[in-house]
Amino acid sequence: MKIITKIAVLILFAFNISYADIRTTVKNDCASCHSFKKVETDFTQRLERKGSPLYYAGNKYNESWLINWLQNPVTIRPGGSFPPNHTIVTDEGDIIDEKTLPKHMKLSQKKAKEVAQYLMTLKAHQDLIDKVSYKAKKISKSSGRMNFAKFQGCLSCHKDSSTEGGRSGPELYTAWNRLQAKYIVSYLKEPQLWDKFTMMPNKHLKDSKIQKLVDYLKVIGESNDK
Amino acid sequence: MINKLKRSIISIMILANVYGFASEKLNDNKSDKYLGKQLYQVYCVQCHGITGDGYGINVEDMSVLPKDHTDKKEMITRSDADLFKAIKYGGKAVSKSALMPAWEANLSDKQINAIVVYLRDVCCSDEGEK
Repeated sequence: MKIITKIAVLILFAFNISYADIRTTVKNDCASCHSFKKVETDFTQRLERKGSPLYYAGNKYNESWLINWLQNPVTIRPGGSFPPNHTIVTDEGDIIDEKTLPKHMKLSQKKAKEVAQYLMTLKAHQDLIDKVSYKAKKISKSSGRMNFAKFQGCLSCHKDSSTEGGRSGPELYTAWNRLQAKYIVSYLKEPQLWDKFTMMPNKHLKDSKIQKLVDYLKVIGESNDK
Repeated sequence: MINKLKRSIISIMILANVYGFASEKLNDNKSDKYLGKQLYQVYCVQCHGITGDGYGINVEDMSVLPKDHTDKKEMITRSDADLFKAIKYGGKAVSKSALMPAWEANLSDKQINAIVVYLRDVCCSDEGEK
């Protein structure tokens, strides 16, 4: 019995060391662009932001998406975290200077899994998640599109396909794979409670409107899979 | 003689006050313009463009072109109160496009006023004028 206890303690000790190790690695390698704690000074912090806040990553991202993305990071925000920093004025109008967009580091499969597992433990704003629910309902792609683009105006800032939509916000045709449904619901309800200085306006959407938007993201996300 | 001196002192005090008030207003206006410019860079340029000409990075797929804030002729038809209302409550509140969102959750009234001050500079100052 004593031997079993000793082995269990050793395993826990080893696990704790490796966990602490990955936590240190993540903070050292990622903290220059991502915040790991709630830092709210004023809106000017937006001017400097290089990456999404990660202190609530465990309530925001899908772990499987994180594991894949960390091995093969592709652009999510066409204009970067703060588009004006990557925008140039031309005679034809403003364009994004893609050369200035920072490239995210690529991780090995093993490292990606470890980092994703750690990020999933960061669960700030659990109270906001606990307040919402989501159960998918049927929606046609065309009516969802109409609501997304015309009635709610989301298309102005977000892409709902690889070829159409605004460039300042994160692309949304991959949102269903990337984000947890309850996070999307909660964020649409009160964006400023997640990120006080977000560039996302609060549309004061009724629950039924939020339902339709999330259903549409599901439809386009799943069709994007195929 | 004493009365004359008193009148002169009072006149100087009034002038100093007027000057102080005017320069304070000027400084307030300058700091509002600076704050407004910063806020405009964060919340507005994506659609209205870095220079305010309405050609931001998002316009390619927008069904309604954003307002050109450098268009003096158009901008002088809008009162400060109209601009404030459009920013705070969105385009629909001033019978314009619903694509212009309401920024009331992102911006305080003071910040919105600062953006209005900056818009006046973009449209109608010598540098901003078309």
